[in-house]
Amino acid sequence: MQIEYIGAFQIFLGVLARFWPVWLAMAIVLAASFNFRKNLGLYGQLYDSGVGIAGLFICFFWLFTAIFATQVAPFDPLSQIPVMKDALPGAVEPASGLTYLFGGDKLARDVFSRMVYGSQIVLIIAPAATMFAVMVGITLGLPAGYYGGRIDSVLSFLANLVLAFPVILLFYLLVTPGIMDTPIPYALAGLFFLFPIIFFSVLFYTRFKDRPDRIYLLLGITLLFGGWIYAGLVFNADPFGIVSIEPNQLNIFVAVVFASSPGVFRIVRGLTMDIKTRDYVAAAQTRGETPWYIMLWEILPNARGPLIVDACLRIGYTTILLGTLGYFGLGLAPESPDWGTAIKDASRLLRSFIHPALPPTIALMSFVLGLNLLADALREQSMKD
Amino acid sequence: MLSFILRRLGTIALTMLCLTLVVFFLINLDPNLKKLAISQTEMRSTTEQLESWLQRNGYRQNFFVRYGQWLGVMPKQPNIDPATGQAVPRFSFCNEPSVPQFSGVLQGDFGCSTKFKTTVASKLFPALGATGILMFWVMVTMVPIALLVGIFAGMREGSRTDRTLSVASIATTATPEYVSGVIFTVIFASWLGWFNGSAASATSQGITFYNFTLPVMTMAIYGIGYIARMTRASMVEVMTQQYIRTARLKGLSFGNVVVKHALRNALIAPFTVIMLQFPWLLTGVVIVEVMFRYQGFGFTLFEAAGNNDIDLLLGCSLVSVFIVLITQLISDIGYAYLNPRIRVQ
Repeated sequence: MQIEYIGAFQIFLGVLARFWPVWLAMAIVLAASFNFRKNLGLYGQLYDSGVGIAGLFICFFWLFTAIFATQVAPFDPLSQIPVMKDALPGAVEPASGLTYLFGGDKLARDVFSRMVYGSQIVLIIAPAATMFAVMVGITLGLPAGYYGGRIDSVLSFLANLVLAFPVILLFYLLVTPGIMDTPIPYALAGLFFLFPIIFFSVLFYTRFKDRPDRIYLLLGITLLFGGWIYAGLVFNADPFGIVSIEPNQLNIFVAVVFASSPGVFRIVRGLTMDIKTRDYVAAAQTRGETPWYIMLWEILPNARGPLIVDACLRIGYTTILLGTLGYFGLGLAPESPDWGTAIKDASRLLRSFIHPALPPTIALMSFVLGLNLLADALREQSMKD
Repeated sequence: MLSFILRRLGTIALTMLCLTLVVFFLINLDPNLKKLAISQTEMRSTTEQLESWLQRNGYRQNFFVRYGQWLGVMPKQPNIDPATGQAVPRFSFCNEPSVPQFSGVLQGDFGCSTKFKTTVASKLFPALGATGILMFWVMVTMVPIALLVGIFAGMREGSRTDRTLSVASIATTATPEYVSGVIFTVIFASWLGWFNGSAASATSQGITFYNFTLPVMTMAIYGIGYIARMTRASMVEVMTQQYIRTARLKGLSFGNVVVKHALRNALIAPFTVIMLQFPWLLTGVVIVEVMFRYQGFGFTLFEAAGNNDIDLLLGCSLVSVFIVLITQLISDIGYAYLNPRIRVQ
């Protein structure tokens, strides 16, 4: 059977047209935030610099692509249409009349749809894992920096221990199929996922412990909600069946949190040691506030600038780590459409076909670039204050 | 200073002990041992046969005893064949002592590679040499380019050159090796045909510009952006100092001020950054060597991990952890040496 091809310009138009929900959503969000940028604080200030707008543009693009993936992608990321094996970009699929905009890969799947669905995996795991790493880093870094002494020595030694591990070796040891038979990933997950619950409980308790009307409500919500997520993620026992995670994804998640939380810990510890010498901390100590109140409500809010910038960079770095995992075929399923796995599959066949390799590489690069630009703009803005 | 270095060396020894214990534990998890037994016996062995193989070859001894044997603080027992009563080596391609003796890492015996069918030492050290060559060329290209970019960008903060170079460095930090490697291969090997997309021939036929440019380029590009940004930040800070203004006001040319007054102080921070880049480069080494099929340390690590080669993987982790810790130490000492204001407590 003869396959028809469309020209380069039509491919370009076709790609633009496929992304219509993304353009629409971006237009609404960007225009609205641009108009009200004066009232939006730090986020609004991002619209004052070209770098910030570029970063926001790219990040929103991938965010909405992940949200609207089912509308944007013309094909299922896993379905194979044998006639389209190694099809060049712009090949028209005979049965449905839809186009393989970026061609087909060696298993006759649509490269464009796989790229779009790949964004979903990356945009769920990378920010979530970063958030957990930040929680772990904050909860351990604050006391280490504030108390110093033995707590600091022990925690810093542990953090340096993890940081001395080359990342790639850590992943080879922690993200293997064999380790899923052992309780190690679940034990680590159980440990790490405890930190957000502890963090929020202490946060609310220290602030509202003299106001019973608020404290019971907030603590109750934290424990119920946290416990629900915890049961779903760690024990895979969500009573409602909404929160669940594949064992191999849990494994990746744990490994990424494990690898990046010592970095956050070091930053938080350094900031805390700096901020605790300020006058307002001394004032709080004189008022007789508890140490945890001072850490969470006096020090942490004043350390937020560098932490937000770091979180932004860290999401980008986590995306690179996920790509590395995919590139070495660790953890993620071999047919998974994430960008790293796609790059691995395509790079083996670069001599014969180059078109399956380019979309995932450019996607990964642009997303990380967007986050880095965003971090750069945030840093500039927070320096102005 | 001497006591500082000694204390740091003590910490390093402790860290290495802890890390090797963790690595030893993770590599010797039961599923990994089962995989090793399956690959070393016939395909259709029963569970009992696998178990007896593990038992016979000493994999079922106490964990700490085995760690001690690997480290060389416990005597390694010879492998007695129950049928003949003779000592036979566990793997036919490695010599093993026939009497109990201390033979571990501390004595220089790294064990036996099941994947490459040779001793770990004879595989690991040539591979390290090959990687050393790669790293040398990466450093030779990366460091001068990164420093130049950083200095030019930081010389006049906010200028057009600064903006362009800063965005360019951000772009390279957003490009991990597996992305730039693919893009460079597509451009320079598939389209232009300038370079070879594989460095496999570098091991056998020697290094040429044709087969070595792409790996070096791919590895250098990721590091350039980061070092350049650090250099820029430090340069910007130095350029706002009082003594720079004094030098300008007494009539020195701008170029003279940059080269003679600013550079020396601006290069202290990048030095530590470059030293701390080594652990990051290690990941890059694995990716690049696998992608371009260069038989170095990264390739060995990849093969060892993929084939469950316990002793080789332990050797690789020992080497990489050692590199990370030693570079940290050198960067600390170098920082104190370069910057007299830092007094080591």
